[in-house]
Amino acid sequence: MALLEVNNLKTHFFTRNGVVKSVDGISFSIEKGEILGIVGESGAGKSITGFSMLGLIDSPGKIVEGEILFDGVDLAQKSEEYLQKIRGNEIAMIFQDPQTSLNPVISIGEQLMEAILYHNKKASKKEAYKASVDILKLVGLPAAEKRMSSYPHQLSGGMKQRIVIAMALLNNPKLLIADEPTTALDVTIQAQILYLMKKLSKDFESSLILITHDIAVVSQLCDKIAVMYAGRIVEYGKKEDIIFNPKHPYTKGLIECLPKLDDNKERLYQIPGIMPSLLGLPKGCYFKDRCEYADGECDVYPPEQEIDGRRIFCHKAK
Amino acid sequence: MTKYILNRLFHSTLVMFTISFIVFFIMFKAGDPVELMLPPDATQQDVVEMRAALGLDKSFIVQYQKFLSNVAEGNLGNSFIYGQPALDIVFERLPATMELAVIAMIVSILLGIPLGIISSIKPNSILSRIIMFFSLAGISVPVFWTGMILVLIFSVILGVLPSSGRGEVYLFTSAFTWDGIKHLIMPVITLSVFQLALILRLTRTGMMEVLMQDYIKLASAKGVPRKVIVYYHALKNTLIPLITVIGIQFGQLVAFTIVTETIFAWPGTGKLIIDSIQNLDRPIVVAYLLVISFIFVAINFIVDVLYTFIDPRVRV
Repeated sequence: MALLEVNNLKTHFFTRNGVVKSVDGISFSIEKGEILGIVGESGAGKSITGFSMLGLIDSPGKIVEGEILFDGVDLAQKSEEYLQKIRGNEIAMIFQDPQTSLNPVISIGEQLMEAILYHNKKASKKEAYKASVDILKLVGLPAAEKRMSSYPHQLSGGMKQRIVIAMALLNNPKLLIADEPTTALDVTIQAQILYLMKKLSKDFESSLILITHDIAVVSQLCDKIAVMYAGRIVEYGKKEDIIFNPKHPYTKGLIECLPKLDDNKERLYQIPGIMPSLLGLPKGCYFKDRCEYADGECDVYPPEQEIDGRRIFCHKAK
Repeated sequence: MTKYILNRLFHSTLVMFTISFIVFFIMFKAGDPVELMLPPDATQQDVVEMRAALGLDKSFIVQYQKFLSNVAEGNLGNSFIYGQPALDIVFERLPATMELAVIAMIVSILLGIPLGIISSIKPNSILSRIIMFFSLAGISVPVFWTGMILVLIFSVILGVLPSSGRGEVYLFTSAFTWDGIKHLIMPVITLSVFQLALILRLTRTGMMEVLMQDYIKLASAKGVPRKVIVYYHALKNTLIPLITVIGIQFGQLVAFTIVTETIFAWPGTGKLIIDSIQNLDRPIVVAYLLVISFIFVAINFIVDVLYTFIDPRVRV
């Protein structure tokens, strides 16, 4: 049985201007120890997918349909109390911007320790302190003991992100969701953090969902890739298949967009146009207006197909 | 820290010096108290003698110099009317005013912050809307209107609360006697309505902003219970701007209880200052304003110190 199996998940936001279908019927699964990358542009619904796993969808948003089977239990049906026990304990999350992820007026030590103390009522403060220091050392933070009494403004972005990662690992979660964990960091730090996350998820035997807009990051770390576009998954399969043999025109475009050091093209490739607004989606395939292969067939949303071991939604894919 | 305190002391002295000059000058220009003090049938001779006795026949510069040298000895001059040291008269009345201001502030904080939090958690619920309606009313209604309506309802029509005076006083305050409490209720309500509404609205705005922050979401993602997030993680951040405003407002309360004290004939400094301005009793007006500015300065200092406990980014 997969550790996490998401079936036909729909998370919609009921706004004044209409229903925004941020996540609209996506399915994927993760085995124990696997790393899944969710790739897509801003607004494709990647983050909302991550938050849906934890039931952290704020009003006016709501999970309207679908299953989130975690260890066989459907989290979409569970109460807030149940989810609170899962959060930070069995499923932990890492956010995009370390500058805003930590509470500015609470010490690092307290923010770490509370993650233990609220889940393990038997743990003493001393044990929580020791565990927190240990984990800070593990994520490679220098002077861990001293950092316990520091406040976020005294630390650099890279240090803060290490702390956020440490915080997520405190309770040895089965699943880690990292939402653009390196986007806000320097390029030099990015690689360190990514390597650290890969190593730690292996050491802790955690599965990892890596949400990113950067297909290069995904190609380095992941076992599986789901490409999202306008709230839906358009291509989903093994990393090798998708990176080296993309079938969906959008995936092809994303890979084309990557700068390559060895060629001297003046301009980088761009996918023409922008992703449509979720309030004004076109009829049929959402990508057709930006797709060079589109024709009349694409006025109907493409059905799910299996091609070369991946799941794909495209009339033109062969 | 010592350097910081010395710096603050220097600035405060400068502020108070400037205030004394301005007030002294305005009162000098405002008119001659002697005409008001003497009976209508007093002779010109009496007027001249009285002026000389009070030192009012000298030029402004000389009078102000005399005042400053007296201040250096801790003497703010004698009241023209009562003949006693002005500072003593102000201090005699101050407890009544402080009592009113402190109790009104405590009531406003104890009600304002929780109500603000409640209305921020579910801003669209019916309860929140009711709270916001009354807070809008509270912030808009003028103090004298609230006071008079209260008197009309509870004293004139229902006859359950006394409309004036301070009641029985025990240990500087009327809060320890039943009679005193009955006298306190209406003035305290009158004074707190605006403050309560202001604190409530500020708490609500602050909380709504903080609750949207990433660190709040991360705290939820860590499995911290919602109550702890709201009342600890979020509130601690909201308190930072709130404390500044509470500090300023407390100064305002002490300084501007004038209207409330006049309505309820409360024997505090507010009533004293109105009487003294009418009588052109300069020493009392100057002494009063110096005491009030000292309170302002002291509160600001306390607020700054409080900051360092709540906000680790601020260290003095």
